[in-house]
Amino acid sequence: MKKIGLVVNPIAGMGGSVGLKGTDGPEVLQKATELGAKPVAPQRAVRLLRALTPVRHKFELLTYPKDMGENECIEAEFPAHVVGKLDSEKTTAADTKRAVCEFLDKNCELIVVVGGDGTLRDVFDVVNTETPLVAVPAGVKMHSGAFSTDPEAAAETLMKFLWDELPLREAEVMDVDEEACREGRVSARLYGYVLVPYEPRLVQGSKLASLEAEEEFEQQRAIARYVVEQMEPEVVYLLGPGTTTRAIAEQLGEDKTLLGVDAVLNKKIIARDLNEKQILDLIRDKAAKIVVSPIGGQGFVFGRGNQQFSPKVIRRVGLRNILVVATMHKLSGLRALRVDTGDPELDQQLRGFMRVISDYGRTQMMRVE
Amino acid sequence: MTYRQAKYPEPLVFELSQSEREGGFFNPEIEEIPEIPPKLRRERLNLPRLSEPEVVRHYVRLSQMNFGIESGLYPLGSCTMKYNPRACEDFSALPQVRDIHPLQDASTVQGALEILYRLERMLAEIGGVKRVCLQPAAGAHGELLGMLLVRAYFKDIGENRTEVVIPDSAHGTNFASAAMAGFRVVVIPSNSTGRVDVEALRAAVSDRTAAFMLTNPNTLGLFEHEIKEIASILHDAGALLYYDGANLNGIMGKTRPGDMGFDIVHFNLHKTFSTPHGGGGPGAGPVGVSEKLEPYLPVPIIQYDEDKDKYWLDYNRPKSIGKIRSFFGNFAVLVKAYAYLLMMGASGLKEATEVAVLNANYLKEKLRRIPGFEVRYDPEAPCKHEFVLSAEPLKRETGVTARDVAKRLLDFGFHAPTYYFPPIVPEALMIEPTETEPKEELDRFVDAMKQIAEEARRDPETLKRAPFSTSVSRIDEVRASRRPILSWKQFVRLRK
Amino acid sequence: MGHRFVPNSFLLKEMLKELGIDSVDELFRDIPPEFRTDRLNLSPPLSEQETLWHLRRVLSKNRYQGEIPIFLGGGCWFHYVPAHVKYITQRGEFLTAYTPYQSEASQGLLQALFEYQSLVAELIGLEVVNASMYDWATALGEAALMSCRVTGRRRFLVPHFISPERRSVLQNYCEGIGMRVDEINQDPNSGQIDLDHLRNVLSEDVAGVYIENPSYLGFLEEQVDEISDLTHRAGALFIVGVNPISLALFKPPGEYGADMVVGEGQPLGQSPSFGGPSLGIFACRNDMKLVRQMPGRLIGMASTLDGDERAFCMVLQTREQHIRRERATSNVCSNEALCAIAAAAYLASMGPEGLKTVASISMANAHYLMKRLAEIEGLDAPAFHAFHFNEFVLRRVDGGTMRDFNQKLLQENIHGGHILVSEFPELGESELICSTEVHSKRDLDRFVEAAGKIMEGKK
Repeated sequence: MKKIGLVVNPIAGMGGSVGLKGTDGPEVLQKATELGAKPVAPQRAVRLLRALTPVRHKFELLTYPKDMGENECIEAEFPAHVVGKLDSEKTTAADTKRAVCEFLDKNCELIVVVGGDGTLRDVFDVVNTETPLVAVPAGVKMHSGAFSTDPEAAAETLMKFLWDELPLREAEVMDVDEEACREGRVSARLYGYVLVPYEPRLVQGSKLASLEAEEEFEQQRAIARYVVEQMEPEVVYLLGPGTTTRAIAEQLGEDKTLLGVDAVLNKKIIARDLNEKQILDLIRDKAAKIVVSPIGGQGFVFGRGNQQFSPKVIRRVGLRNILVVATMHKLSGLRALRVDTGDPELDQQLRGFMRVISDYGRTQMMRVE
Repeated sequence: MTYRQAKYPEPLVFELSQSEREGGFFNPEIEEIPEIPPKLRRERLNLPRLSEPEVVRHYVRLSQMNFGIESGLYPLGSCTMKYNPRACEDFSALPQVRDIHPLQDASTVQGALEILYRLERMLAEIGGVKRVCLQPAAGAHGELLGMLLVRAYFKDIGENRTEVVIPDSAHGTNFASAAMAGFRVVVIPSNSTGRVDVEALRAAVSDRTAAFMLTNPNTLGLFEHEIKEIASILHDAGALLYYDGANLNGIMGKTRPGDMGFDIVHFNLHKTFSTPHGGGGPGAGPVGVSEKLEPYLPVPIIQYDEDKDKYWLDYNRPKSIGKIRSFFGNFAVLVKAYAYLLMMGASGLKEATEVAVLNANYLKEKLRRIPGFEVRYDPEAPCKHEFVLSAEPLKRETGVTARDVAKRLLDFGFHAPTYYFPPIVPEALMIEPTETEPKEELDRFVDAMKQIAEEARRDPETLKRAPFSTSVSRIDEVRASRRPILSWKQFVRLRK
Repeated sequence: MGHRFVPNSFLLKEMLKELGIDSVDELFRDIPPEFRTDRLNLSPPLSEQETLWHLRRVLSKNRYQGEIPIFLGGGCWFHYVPAHVKYITQRGEFLTAYTPYQSEASQGLLQALFEYQSLVAELIGLEVVNASMYDWATALGEAALMSCRVTGRRRFLVPHFISPERRSVLQNYCEGIGMRVDEINQDPNSGQIDLDHLRNVLSEDVAGVYIENPSYLGFLEEQVDEISDLTHRAGALFIVGVNPISLALFKPPGEYGADMVVGEGQPLGQSPSFGGPSLGIFACRNDMKLVRQMPGRLIGMASTLDGDERAFCMVLQTREQHIRRERATSNVCSNEALCAIAAAAYLASMGPEGLKTVASISMANAHYLMKRLAEIEGLDAPAFHAFHFNEFVLRRVDGGTMRDFNQKLLQENIHGGHILVSEFPELGESELICSTEVHSKRDLDRFVEAAGKIMEGKK
C-alpha cells in the first residue's frame, strides 16, 4: 500500500482576509490574529480529505499532530497515522520542514501540503528531488505553479496517482517578498522547481502515460527550435524566467539563469539576470522582443516572478513584440492568461486575445483577463 | 449468456512453416528462363512454406480473433461505423472492375470513367460544390490535398498567407495535414457551449490566414450554428473555409457544406458512404471545391463529351497542382460508394442522417442519466450523429476511467467508443451509433453502461483489469513501445 | 416505409416519443433555415438487383484482362490472385473493422499485419516495415519527407527515368516543407545511373538519393553498391523503389545498403482495379533514429500485462498524428490495411518457390516478347542495353506512331503497352511493355503475330 504524507500549515492564508500579504514571521501572525483573522488551511484540508473519502482504504495516510493534520483528519473522519510531535502550540516553518523530513524517512511516495507559497518554500527546502508533491492552495499569494486549483482537484490528482502511474513534471515554487508586498510592491520571486504528478493529455486507444512524460520536455524543445528559427538579427530577445525560456537558451547552446531575465542578441546571450534599469539601458537604441512564459498556476504573463518586465520595459519593447511561450500541457491547465503589470492602463491594453506559441509552428489563442 | 471472443494459440506463419511444403500455383509454359547476371541475383529467400489449407485455416482463425461491424455494435465516435452492404463487395469484384488497368486506352474503360464521372456529380450535389477530386486514398490524404489546394490558390493570386486556423476540438489529422502542407497552425479555443469561440476566431484571423479548418457538426456532435458569421469572418479576410467531412453523416441530405460557405469540402467514403474500412484502409477521401479553386485540382479531370457520348481524361490543366496519388484513387472503393449511393437514393440518404441523429440522441438521453456519466457541453441541445459523454463523475467517485469503461464494454460484445478525444472533454467517451443499429442493440448498450457504472462502485479493482472476454487480456503497450519488435526477422535476431 | 439498411426507421415515432419530441426535424432545429436542404437532386433508391443491372450495363463498356490480353505495367501489374486470398480479405471481421485501436479485441488483425511487416521485411532485406502507405508514389513522398527529418537537409535526388505520376506526387509532398527535387542523369543507352553526375549533384544539402530497381522502364541498375557508397559518404540516405515480385529473383535492397525501401505492394494479392486500392510499401533499417521518424502505423510484438502471453499492438504511437498533431511524423491515419493482409496471405501461400515461379514466368514471358518483337522489321527492343525483369521499352523506328500501333492491336483484341512519347520524347515512338504469368504463351504469340502484321502494313 502506498504511503502518503499530509502536512497542513494551519496559519497559511490568515493574512489575506485582514489585508495582510501573507503570514511569514511571528510578528505578522500576531498582527493578523489581533485583526481577527481566521485560519483557512484547516478547512481546505478537511475538504481535501472529504473528497478522498471513497478511497480512504486504498493508501496509508501519515500526518503531523494537532492542527498540522491530525485535527483535520479527525474532523473529516479520515483514518491516519500521526507521526512526530509538536513542542509548541504555535507552529513554525521549522515544524513544516520537520514533518516533511519525517514523511520522507517513513518512505512516503507522495507528500500533500496544504498551505501557501511560503509553506511550499519550506517544503521545497527539504524535499528530495524524487518525491512528488501535491499542493493544496490555502495561502494568500499562491503564485507557485505547483498548486492544484482547489482541494477537490488536488484529491483527483492524488487519486490518479494511486491508480495510475502518473508522470511527473517540474512546477514552479514562487513566493512574494512579503516585506515588499506589505509596502505596496508586488515582487514575486521564482525560487525553484518541485516535482508534481500530472495527467498528460491521454491518447486515443492506448495507455501511453509514461511515454508521454517525455512529451513535455520535447514540446519545450520544439517551441525553442521554432522561436530560435524565427529570431531576427540585431534584435534583442529578452528571455524571462522559467523552464520553457531556458529551453530556448539551450537550443542556442547557452546557459540561462533559471530565475532571471537574460538578453540574447544574434543568437548569443549578451547579458544575464538583468534588472529593469539594465534592460532599459540595453535596449535604448535597439529593437527588442520579450519572450515570456506564463508563470505559476494562475497564468500570469506579467507581474509575477518577472517584475523586471516593468510597464516601462513593456511599453518600450512594444506590445507587438511580446512572444508568449508555453507547452500545450501548461495551457490546458489554464482557463485564461492574466496580467498584473501594476499599470492598469497597460493591463487593459494587454487584455483580449494573446497568441501563445505552444509547439513547433503552432500558436494558440488565449484569452487574457 | 455471455460474450466470448474466439481464442486460438495461433503461431506466426513463420512458425507454422515446414521445410518441404509448397504452395505451387503455376506451370511455366516458356522453358527458356533468362540467366540473371550473378551481381543482380538473389541468393536466399526466407518465406514460410505452407500448404493452402494451412494458410486458409490460419487466417480464418486470425479473423475470428477480430471484431468488425459484422460482429456487433461499433460506436467508435467520428468513424461512422455503419453496416457495409455486402452487395457492394460483389459489385466491386466484377472482372470489369478488378481486371482493368489504369493506363488502358480511354476507349476501353468508358464504363469505369462513367462511374467516376457520375460519382463525382453525386458527391458534388451532396456537398454543394462545383467539382470533386476522387484521388485521395484516405481522409487525411484528402485533407493534405485540401491544404495543397489552399497553397496553390494563394500562390496563384500572389498572396503570402502562412497560417491555418483550427479549433482545439478538431481531429488530430487537421493539425498534421496543415503542417505537412507547410502552414503554421493557430489554435482557437472552444466557447462554453463547445462550439467555435467566434471572438477568438476574429482575433486569430488576419491577412496571414490562409484557411480555417472546421468540422460541422464538430467532434462533440454539435452543429456550429454560427456558421454564417464564421464564413464571413474568413471570407472578409480573403481566407478560405475548409470542411472536414468526417462528420457528414450528421447532416447529409439536411444541409450542404457548400451552401454554408465552405470552399473546400472533404468526404470520407469509408465513413459516410459505407465502404468497409478494412481494419485501417483502403478508404477514400475525395475533395470537392467551389468554382474559384477548380483550376488547381489534380489531373486528370474526367470530362464528358455529350455529342460523342464519350468520357475523356483532361490533362490540359495549366494551374493544376499535378498528382496527389498515382492513377485515379482507390477505384474499387469508389465503385462501392457509387453503388451505395444508388441503393440509398436521395430519400435514403436523408433517412440515414435522420435516424443516425435520432439514434445518437436516444443514446445520449439514456446514458447521461446514468449516475457517473454526464454531457459537458450544451447537454440540452440536440446532438447530431454523435455525442461525447464524460466519465469524469464516475472517475471522481470510483477511480474508474473512461478507458476502463471502454475496455469493459468489449466484454459485452461491443466495440469501445473513441475515448480521450476530443481533448477538451475530461474522460471523454465519444459515441456514434449510426443509423444501421436496431433499437434493441442500443438498449443493450445502455444496459451495459449501467452495469459498468454499478461495477465501478462495487468492485472497481476487477473492472480495471477488463477486458476478460477478448482473445487476450490487457496488453503491456508501454513495454512494447520501449523495445519494439517489428518483424519476425528482428524477433529471430533478438532471440539469438 | 424505411430503407432496408436503416432498421429503426419504423420505430421513429416510438423513439421520438421517448425523447419527448414530435418530429425528427426538431433534432435539426439548430441548422439555420437558410441552409436547410429540402431534397438532394439524386435518383430514388434502387434495389440491389437494379443496381447490379445498372452497373453491368455501364461496366460492359470496359475491356478487361482475361477478355483480352493487356500488356500494361508501369507501377500497376496484373498477377493472378488465388481465390483463397480474396476469400481471406472478404472475412467480415477483417473487412469491416476499423483501425485496431482496441488491441485486445483486434489480435487477429494485428497479428496479420505483423506478419505482413515480417514477410515484406524478408523480401526486401530490412527489418522494419510499416503497416502500409497508400501507394508507391505517396510512400516515396513520405520517404523524401522522412529523409529531411532525419538529416535536416532539404534536397532530394531522383533518377531521370521515373514515372511522371510518381514524380508529380513526390513534388506535391515536398512542396509544403520547401524541399527541392532534382534529377540524376542516366545513361541514354544503358539506363544506368551516371555516377559522375551523381557525384557532382551530391552536395551537402542532399537528404536522400532515390533510385528504382527495376526502373520504371524495366531495366535493372547494376551499380547499386557504388551509388550506396557515394550516397552514404555524402551523409545522405539511400532509398530504393521496388516491384516486390522482382525480389524473388533479384538481390534485395537491404543487401546493398538501402536505408529505406518503398514500393508498390499491389502485385502481392491485389488485382489492378483501375489503379486502386494499391499498397504502399515503406521500410527502413533497424535504427531507432530512422524508426522514430517513420510515417504510418507500426505493429509490434508485445505481451499481456498479467503474464507472458504473446500479443500484438500498435507501437511508437507518439509519432502519429492523433497524438502529436502538427508535430506528427506524417498525417497518415487510415492506410491500406486490408491490402496488407492480402499481401501477407499471398506471400504465405506462395512461399519462396511459388514466388520465384511467378517472377520467373513473368520475366521469361517479357524476354520472349522482347526477343520476338525485336525480330520484326521496324521495331526495336529493348531500348536500353541492360538486364530487364518483366517490362521493357519497345521502339518503333519505321516512321509510324505507337498510337497507331496500339489502335491496330486493339482491333485485334490486344491491348499494347503504355505509350511513352509524351513522358520521354527522347525515346522517340516508344511504349512500355509488360508481361506476367496472366499471359499464356498463346497471348504472347498472338501479340507478336499481330505486331508483325501491323508492321508489314497488312493491317
